[in-house]
Amino acid sequence: MLAFLVQRISQALLVMFVISIIAFAIQDGLGDPLQEMVGMSVSAEEREAIREELGLNDPFLVQYLRFAGNAIQGDLGNSYFYSKPALEVIAEHLPATLELVIGASLIIIFLSVPIGVYAAIRPQAWLSKFFMGVSTVGISIPVFLTAIVLIQLFSIGVTVNWFPADTGWGQWLNDFFTTEGGLPSYGRGDDLVHLFGTWESGLFTSEGLAHLVLPCVSLASIMLPLFIRLIRAEMMEVLQSDYIRYARAKGLSAGRINFLHALKNTMLPVITVGGVQIGIMVAYTILTETVFQWPGLGLMFLEAITRSDIPLIVAYLMVVGLIFVVTNTLVDLIYGLVNPTVKLTGKKA
Amino acid sequence: MKKILAAFVGSMALASAPLALAADATKELKMAYDADPVTLDIHEQLSGGILQLSHMTFDPLLRWTKDLGFEPRLAESWERVDDKTMRFKLREGVKFHSGNELTTADVKFTFERLKESQDFKAIFKPFSAINVIDDYTFELVTSEPYPLLLNTATYIFPLDSEFYSGQTEDGKDKDAILKHGNSFASENLSGTGPYTVTERKQGVRVEFERFDDYWDTESPGNVGKIVLTPIKENATRVSALLSGGVDFIAPVPPNDLDRIKRDRNSELVTMSGTRIILFHMNQERVEAFKNPKVRQAIAYAINQEGIAAKIMKGFATPAAQMSPAGYQGHNENLKPRFDVEKAKQLMKEAGYEDGFTITMMAPNNRYVNDDKIAQAAAAMLARINIKVDLKTLPKAQYWPEYDNRAADMMLIGWHADTEDSANFYEFLTFCPDADSGDGQYNAGNYCNPEIDALVEKANVETDLDKRAAMLQEVEQRLYDDAAFVPLHWQDLAWASRKGVNIEPVLNVMNFPYLGDLVIE
Repeated sequence: MLAFLVQRISQALLVMFVISIIAFAIQDGLGDPLQEMVGMSVSAEEREAIREELGLNDPFLVQYLRFAGNAIQGDLGNSYFYSKPALEVIAEHLPATLELVIGASLIIIFLSVPIGVYAAIRPQAWLSKFFMGVSTVGISIPVFLTAIVLIQLFSIGVTVNWFPADTGWGQWLNDFFTTEGGLPSYGRGDDLVHLFGTWESGLFTSEGLAHLVLPCVSLASIMLPLFIRLIRAEMMEVLQSDYIRYARAKGLSAGRINFLHALKNTMLPVITVGGVQIGIMVAYTILTETVFQWPGLGLMFLEAITRSDIPLIVAYLMVVGLIFVVTNTLVDLIYGLVNPTVKLTGKKA
Repeated sequence: MKKILAAFVGSMALASAPLALAADATKELKMAYDADPVTLDIHEQLSGGILQLSHMTFDPLLRWTKDLGFEPRLAESWERVDDKTMRFKLREGVKFHSGNELTTADVKFTFERLKESQDFKAIFKPFSAINVIDDYTFELVTSEPYPLLLNTATYIFPLDSEFYSGQTEDGKDKDAILKHGNSFASENLSGTGPYTVTERKQGVRVEFERFDDYWDTESPGNVGKIVLTPIKENATRVSALLSGGVDFIAPVPPNDLDRIKRDRNSELVTMSGTRIILFHMNQERVEAFKNPKVRQAIAYAINQEGIAAKIMKGFATPAAQMSPAGYQGHNENLKPRFDVEKAKQLMKEAGYEDGFTITMMAPNNRYVNDDKIAQAAAAMLARINIKVDLKTLPKAQYWPEYDNRAADMMLIGWHADTEDSANFYEFLTFCPDADSGDGQYNAGNYCNPEIDALVEKANVETDLDKRAAMLQEVEQRLYDDAAFVPLHWQDLAWASRKGVNIEPVLNVMNFPYLGDLVIE
C-alpha cells in the first residue's frame, strides 16, 4: 500500500512537471497578455516597460527556472487578470465545478444503473429498445446543443400550436409539448451557503439547486448513454457466465442473482471506465460552463486562454493533471475493495 | 365627517412622505454585459468596461449628451479665459461615497493621477497644468490652443483625494496605479456617482447600491440596486433576457436581433455606432500598393453595402470614410464606391490586369463577425484577380501579428477615445513614427506629410467651423488617395425587458447613464 502511494505521488509529480514544461513552451503561441491589460492607444514604450516588469522579455529558460523555483515552494505565479495567486483563483473556482461534476455524476449513477440492468435483463422489452434508441441519439448530440435546447425548453419556454386546438387530442398534444420555462439559465444564483474556505455551496438552498439542474443534466447527457450501454453489455455478458447459471439452477431468487451476484461483477469494468471518464468530464465542463456562465474552472480556463493569462493557464493544466492522477488512484483503491483478488502493486497473488 | 376626512388626508400625507422618498430608488435592475469591470481603479485601464463603471460610480466634470453635445455634471459651468485656458466652476455640496465633500483639491488630485496613468496620459498630453483658484474654481491649461479641451474633460471623473491618499496597513501607497498585482484603488472605490459597489466577485457578479447622498436629486432614476453579471457567451446572454433572468443586456449579437424583436416582453434599441472597421494595405510589403490606382481599384472592388446587409444582417452602417456622422470630420459627400468594372479598369491602367497574390489577416473574436468580413473581402478581391491568402486568429494572437505588420492587408476597428476625427488620423493614417508614436496602428504604412500637417493645423484651431472644414478636407483627400479600405461602422444594440426604459439613458459612446434609469 505504501509503495503504491509513493509510486503514485512520484507519478503525479512527473505528470505535473511535464505539463508545466509543455504549457510553458506553448505560451508564445497563446498571444500577448498585454493586449488585455492596456488600452489600444497606449504607446509602444509603455508596453515595453510593462513587459519588462512582468519578465516577459527574458529568455525561455530564465522564465521557466524562475517559475519552477517558485512552484517548488507552492507558488504558481499571479494571474494577470485577477491580480491574485493563480492557485487562489483556482481554489475559488473549484467548488462550482466540483458541484457540477457531483450533480452530473449522481444523475448518471442513479439513471444508468437501473436502466442498464433493466435493458440487460429484458433486452426484448419495448422500454429497453426505447432507452437504447434514445441513448444512441444522446451520444451523438454535442453538449452545447443539448444545453441550448434545454435552455429554450425549460428556461425560456416554448408554446406549441402544431396540432388543431379545436380537437381534444390536438389540444392535449399542444399542451403536452408546450413548456413553461422558468428554470435559471445562467450562473449559480445569489443564495449560496458558505461552507469553508473558498467553498460557497449551492447544494443547500432551493435556488442553488434550481441553478444546478440544467447544467448538470447537460453535462450528464454526454456520459449517461455511454454508461447505460456499458452496464447493459457487461451485465449481459455476466448473465451468461457459469456461476449465474449455477445460481439459477440452485434456485436463488432472480433479485438476488441480478443485484447481488451479477451486478457486482458488472461494476468492475464500469468503475475503471468511470474513473477515466470523470477526468474527461472535467474537460467537458469547459463547454457546459461556457453555455451556462457557470463560474467554475472550465469557464475560467477558457477566459484565461482568450486573455492569454499564462500563469493561470499553466496552473490550471497542472491542477487538472493532478486531478487525473488522484481520481485514477482512487479508482484503483476502490477496485481493490470491490474485487479483493486484485493487488494494487500488480504483484501476483 | 370633515374631521375624518382631515384625519384621512393627514394620514395620507404622512404615509406618502416616506413613500415618495422610498419610491425614489426601490427598483432592482439585473443586467448582463459580456464582461465585468477588470478593476475598480478607473485610471488603470482605458476601456469601454471601465468607462461604464466610471459613469455608475463616479461623475465626470461634464458628459456627452445623446447628440454629442455637452451636459454639465460636477462642473456647473465653464468659460474660455484665453486660447489655452478654460475656467470651470465646480458644483457645491457634492459628497463622495466616503462622506468627504468635493472640492478643487480632488480635481487637482485626479488630474495629476490621470497624467501618471499609462492608459490615460496620452489623452492628457496636450494639458500642461491645472490652476486652483479657490475651493470651487479651477482652470485647465493646455500647452497649445486645444479645440478638444471639453471632449477630454469628459474623462475627468474626480476621485476622493482624501480616500485615495496615504498608505494602506501594509505600507503601500493608496494612490498607486498597478497594471498587475493588487493596489488599494483596484479594490476600493469612493466617487460621487449614483451607485456604490457593495459586493464584487471578479468574473461572477458585481452589486451596486444607490448612494443615499447622491448630489443629483433631479435625476429621474429610481433604481436602488443593480446586479451586474458578466455573461460572455452570446446565446446565453440572450437566453438570460428571454427567460426573465435579467432585465437588461448588452451587447446583443446580430444573429439574435430578430429573436428579441419578436419577443413580446422584450425591447430592442439599436444605434449606428462610431467604431470604424477598415483594412490597411501595406505599401512596405506590397510594391503594387504604392500605386494609388491599385489602392483605388481595391476600394472600388469592396462592396460595403453587401457586407453590411449580408454579413452584418443590417447591423452596420456602410462607410466610405473614418468619421461617423456627428463627428467634425464627417464628409457628407463621400459615399461607398462599389463598382467592379471600374475596379478592373483601374487594375488594367496600373498594369496589374492579371492581378497578384497577397496575404491577409483578421481577428476572429474581436469585432462582430470579423472573420466572415475578411472572407467576404477576400472573395471580392478575387474578382479583380487579386488572390488572397487569408488567415484569421483569436485576438490575443492577432495583435502581436498586427504589431509586426505580418500580412499585406490587415483588419482593424477603431473608436476615437476623444470622440473626434483627428484621433483616427493620428493612429491610423499618420506617417508612422516610433518616437512620437504617430501612426501606431497604421499597418498600411501610408504616408502623406501634407495631410498630417493639415490635421496638426486643425488640432490647434479653436474655431470649430474652420476646424470641421479642415478635417472634412482630410477625409476627402484620404478617400481620393484610397489610403485604406473603410468597411462600416459597427452598430450598437441593447435589449431590455419591457418596462425598463433604457432608451433615454443610452448613447453612442456605449456608456449607459444608469443613474438616470427609470423602471416602471
